[in-house]
Amino acid sequence: MSTDIPGKSLAAGGAADGGEAAMALSDGDFAADRREHDMRSALRDYRDRIRSGELGALPAVLGLISLVALFAALKPDTFLSKGNMANLSVQALPITILAMGLVFVLLLGEIDLSAGVASGLCAAVLAKLVTDAGQPWYVAAISAVAIGIVIGTTIGWLVSVLRIPSFVVTLAFFLGLQGVTLKLIGQGGTVPVRDDVVYALANKNMPVWLGWVLAAGCAAAYTATQVLRRRRQRVRGLHSRPLEFVLAQSAVVSAALLVSAYVLNLDRAPSPLITLGGIPWGVLLAGVLLVVCSFVLGRTAYGRHIYAVGGNAEAARRAGINVTRIRISVFMIGSGLAAISGIVAASRLSSVATDAGGGNTLLYAVGAAVIGGTSLFGGRGKARDAVLGGLVIALIANGLGLLGTSAYLSYLITGLVLLLAASIDALARRRRSTAGR
Amino acid sequence: MAENGDPVLRLIGLNKSFGAVHVLRDVDFAVRLGEVMALVGDNGAGKSTLIKCIAGIHPIDSGRIEFDGRPVSIDGPRAASALGIEVVYQDLALADNLDIVQNMFLGRERRKGIVLDEASMEEAARRTLARLSVRTVRSVRQRVASLSGGQRQTVAIAKAALWESKLVILDEPTAALGVAQTRQVLDLVRRLADTGHAVVLISHNMNDVFEVADRVTALYLGRVAADVARADVTRGQVVELITAGRSGDLGLAPRTAAESI
Ligand SMILES: Nc1ncnc2c1ncn2[C@@H]1O[C@H](COP(=O)(O)OP(=O)(O)O)[C@@H](O)[C@H]1O
Ligand SMILES: [Mg+2]
Repeated sequence: MSTDIPGKSLAAGGAADGGEAAMALSDGDFAADRREHDMRSALRDYRDRIRSGELGALPAVLGLISLVALFAALKPDTFLSKGNMANLSVQALPITILAMGLVFVLLLGEIDLSAGVASGLCAAVLAKLVTDAGQPWYVAAISAVAIGIVIGTTIGWLVSVLRIPSFVVTLAFFLGLQGVTLKLIGQGGTVPVRDDVVYALANKNMPVWLGWVLAAGCAAAYTATQVLRRRRQRVRGLHSRPLEFVLAQSAVVSAALLVSAYVLNLDRAPSPLITLGGIPWGVLLAGVLLVVCSFVLGRTAYGRHIYAVGGNAEAARRAGINVTRIRISVFMIGSGLAAISGIVAASRLSSVATDAGGGNTLLYAVGAAVIGGTSLFGGRGKARDAVLGGLVIALIANGLGLLGTSAYLSYLITGLVLLLAASIDALARRRRSTAGR
Repeated sequence: MAENGDPVLRLIGLNKSFGAVHVLRDVDFAVRLGEVMALVGDNGAGKSTLIKCIAGIHPIDSGRIEFDGRPVSIDGPRAASALGIEVVYQDLALADNLDIVQNMFLGRERRKGIVLDEASMEEAARRTLARLSVRTVRSVRQRVASLSGGQRQTVAIAKAALWESKLVILDEPTAALGVAQTRQVLDLVRRLADTGHAVVLISHNMNDVFEVADRVTALYLGRVAADVARADVTRGQVVELITAGRSGDLGLAPRTAAESI
């Protein structure tokens, strides 16, 4: 895709492009699909896309880099310490997983205000089952996720069959589910989570060698898929992205994976007598969820239908898509992932309190999805948005904590960042509509 | 392929009422492969109701429908598309956030196992666009939001042509378009017929009708006033058929035309 000038014909568009490559293809249609790219035209394409409001991951990545630079400059010793980096990765997990579920809901232009407290309730169920009922961890975890899915199904049914706005339904659930958790745990109490496997999720690390193998393997697999897909597309004469672009993206992803593995694999033990290093197991869980969600959204018909319903529900209905079923299913996924997020949070704190998942948990997760690039208007968003945005939110909380910022300022700053992200979303949307995207 | 043989679709004595309102009265209608049939009539004449009966959205009260010479009952949109009937409604119903290929295959995606077969869908979309000589699209992987009104109409029409459909019905495809884009869409309508589809074109615009149609069916208050070859009528006559139900010795008998009111 290059300069998109609405209303101009192929010939005019090609001429406006001015490239020799475009001229050479004046013999056929779909010039932009077949045009050969060089470095310059690839960069120009990318710049045009950004200008027309097609921002992708750029704002979140820039935000991450500037936040790291800011806190590293202000608190070099503590912020950049090995221990803090590991802490940060675990801090980001519950928000990221919760946000990943919300991406599905937001893709339809709906909202789930109850996802945070649903995660709290599911965590409470888990804690009760392992600690009080002595059930093995997998029974407890499956039950927790099942309860999440039941909650999501109920919400989805109310929204898509009774056509109550999701805002209202999930606000009701937001209040109601807190009551259930309170009843389950008992006023003011907490339930400890006494289970080695659940505890390990956020508190134990994989062996250093395994971390390296996974990081290198994922980097290689990602690069290979991207390059091979492009090659296949070229062979069959299909639309493909410029090679420079594919390579640059693969390089960035690989670098991120390897640098994270390196930092987390450093020995961060406070005493020289022991060694403590490795990637926390929970990061692997989030990684697996990211791959699965990305696959579902990007490569399956079901994912395609989610985007279609979010973009134009009437068009989807006429195309024979069961819109009601899609609506219900995204709430099921949202609450199911909320349950997993609750389990990770329970593991991190080793206990579940009555207010688990309450407070601003949900708003942070929505903020994470939006900061990552998911649109509140529906139809746009990716699973990776949750990871990028979750990291941004965790970075802010972590950095401000180290700076000893008073609580009121932390709230203010996080609120401002969320507002900023939502403004970028709204402005990019305006940009796209004036640029005719 | 483009021959005016037996009709691919024939409606005989079709009646349709909504409660006490008798909207379609003994409608006979036929369209052949390779032919553009213009369906004209004033607002409320029953054009949309007629195509919704063909598309399986409204059940008919009485009358017969024959498709490919065989009597059929079209009891739903899926039955219509299974027969090879595709309708492009006025609002087009494209998803702006999806690209051209994704829109053309929406709801009927090709898969390999559980994975979408993007390559084969892109190839098929490109072939269809090329067959219809659509030359205005820069990339089939463009988001539909980035297209002009005429291009969007083009995509919606190409989508209908993709499914080896025999009959493509277009509801006012040029209503919202400027001069140049109307031109493009009319060319496309013509090519659709020339590549062997039967086309029903609903239009208010006499220029459009006289430019692409082979035949004209005029509806007047739910009755067929005339089914004539375009070459046999003038614009003035068609306008009279639309507004009065008759024109000279064409159209409804004076008494029928009068009592319909
Ligand atoms: N679903 C419906 N229920 C009741 N009356 C209808 C319905 N659809 C159409 N009509 C009536 O049928 C008549 C024909 O309408 P329509 O087919 O939309 O005409 P056209 O498309 O030619 O303008 C109008 O009088 C309209 O009010
Ligand atoms: Mg109408």
